Amino acid sequence: MLKVEDLHVYYGAIHALQGINFELEKGEIVALIGANGAGKSTSLNTVSGLLRPAQGSVTFNGEVLNKVPAQQIVRKGIIQVPEGRKIFGRMTVWENLEMGAFIGSDRAVILQDIDSAFSRFPRLKERRNQLGGTLSGGEQQMLAIARGLMAHPDLLLLDEPSMGLSPLLVEQIFDIIQDINEQGTSILLVEQNAQMALAIADRAYVLETGKIVMKGSGDDLLEDQSVIEAYLGGH
Amino acid sequence: MKNTSDQNISKIKLSKFLRPLITFLISSFLLYRIYEVVFIRQQFTPDIWVRFAISGLILGGMYALIAIGYTLVYGIMFMINFAHGEVMMLGAFGGYFIFELFNFIPTPTVADPDLTFLNSQPILSIILAFVAGVTIAGLSGYFLEKIAYRPLRKAPRLILLITAIGASTALQNLAMLLFGPTRKNVINPMILERSAGWSVLVSGKPVLITYTGVFSLVLSALLMVALYLVVQKTKLGRSMRAVAQDKNTAALMGVDVDDVISKTFIISGMLAGAAGVMWDIHMGLVNHYTGFLPGIKAFTAAVMGGIGNIPGAMLGGILLGMLEAVGPAALGIDFQLKDVIAFTILILVLIVRPSGILGEKLSEEKL
Repeated sequence: MLKVEDLHVYYGAIHALQGINFELEKGEIVALIGANGAGKSTSLNTVSGLLRPAQGSVTFNGEVLNKVPAQQIVRKGIIQVPEGRKIFGRMTVWENLEMGAFIGSDRAVILQDIDSAFSRFPRLKERRNQLGGTLSGGEQQMLAIARGLMAHPDLLLLDEPSMGLSPLLVEQIFDIIQDINEQGTSILLVEQNAQMALAIADRAYVLETGKIVMKGSGDDLLEDQSVIEAYLGGH
Repeated sequence: MKNTSDQNISKIKLSKFLRPLITFLISSFLLYRIYEVVFIRQQFTPDIWVRFAISGLILGGMYALIAIGYTLVYGIMFMINFAHGEVMMLGAFGGYFIFELFNFIPTPTVADPDLTFLNSQPILSIILAFVAGVTIAGLSGYFLEKIAYRPLRKAPRLILLITAIGASTALQNLAMLLFGPTRKNVINPMILERSAGWSVLVSGKPVLITYTGVFSLVLSALLMVALYLVVQKTKLGRSMRAVAQDKNTAALMGVDVDDVISKTFIISGMLAGAAGVMWDIHMGLVNHYTGFLPGIKAFTAAVMGGIGNIPGAMLGGILLGMLEAVGPAALGIDFQLKDVIAFTILILVLIVRPSGILGEKLSEEKL
């Protein structure tokens, strides 16, 4: 479904991605794990079209996305839930959801989708007329995911969904991610919380300073000695 | 090293102490002066004050329409579009030429052999003048952004600012080359004759409320309501607000950021164009320099209301128009000094409350 080949991305003089390869099959949850600055978010932003690769390619359903602008990539079915939620703080919860449905045009479908978002996240229904900026971190993460789902993605890119949340909320969010996946959406997950990410991922890649240093199934990596030492607090 | 940090500390303390002090001194002087002029000298009778206030309100409506353009563009690109006054001037020329053209088309009747299209179809003429002015200004805004600003999307903001000043001068000179430097009298249709209006008695004396003034004010108000509805209730408005808050995230929702920026310039231009045609109708004089002062004053109004804030621009515009009209009389100074009042206000706002009346505290990101 998604195929990233020999991807090189620069920030000015900084060589942020140094030829990474990964792929994702339809229906999978694939995780990219690694430390801060390893290039996880850079990878997602390149897939989303916010950054342009200097070399290599991103292919989605057989189509090369290198030169497709971000707003068109959204229309091809790839939706990113960005790092730090990036809720529109001065818009209401309802308006944020409507922004998520920006590419949709059928009013009835949008209203129905908002309804199903509210039944998945009852908290958002209570706060639908509240400004996004006044929500708590967990509520914002829920809103960010709900907003992402409004566009009916085939592939959902999640950037650090657990960031800054309490362990209880993290578990809740990961349950929701699994649930979304079971309903047919493929998921590319970027996480520093390697333990949680590997537990739900079908496959995972480990990034280190712009290179992929290891790959395997989620379960295998959870038991790998070097992964345990580097990312799981080593025992 | 130690020396500079000491100086910095003393500077911070000084400004912290100085700002309220300056505010207090200036405002107490102004209040005393106004009290003296208005209540002790009693130079003006109430009907004159009403006259000043009315003309201020009308002017304020036009400033508000132009100020909205500054604020919309600032909200989205964090730049001051100094060529915005020139967009208004081009709109004013659009309306002027339509009136000229229609006054040239004879539609003689038996009763009045000299009748022209302008007066046989006055309402249509006015509508078409607005259509022309708004279209020309909207297109000017669109091409201004496309030609002058879009290539600089990733450039530092100072470069955009200098470009805007350059574009302003270029457009002014272009208009002077095309239309000549003389001031042109705008011929209004008879139903909007400039000296005509309703007479109202204020403390026994008649005050003229002109048709052109009421027309401008009502139209400004309607356009502001329309703009508010567009920004708050439509998909375009929502995407404009989204782009203003976070361009990358807006793009991740499928918003074409460049397209929204283009449309913002078009809407800003259209409002300025409408203000330009109102200027034609109410003020009656237009040349290449017409947009310059209203442009800078509308910028002052936008800053006063809180730049980036739409209701702020509306409030700032009306308030500046009023202060400019009432100010010289209230301070007992020459009426020629009304421009000085406007720019003194700009300086005072920047010293006392840089974020404006309705503005939020400027975040690092926006500076």
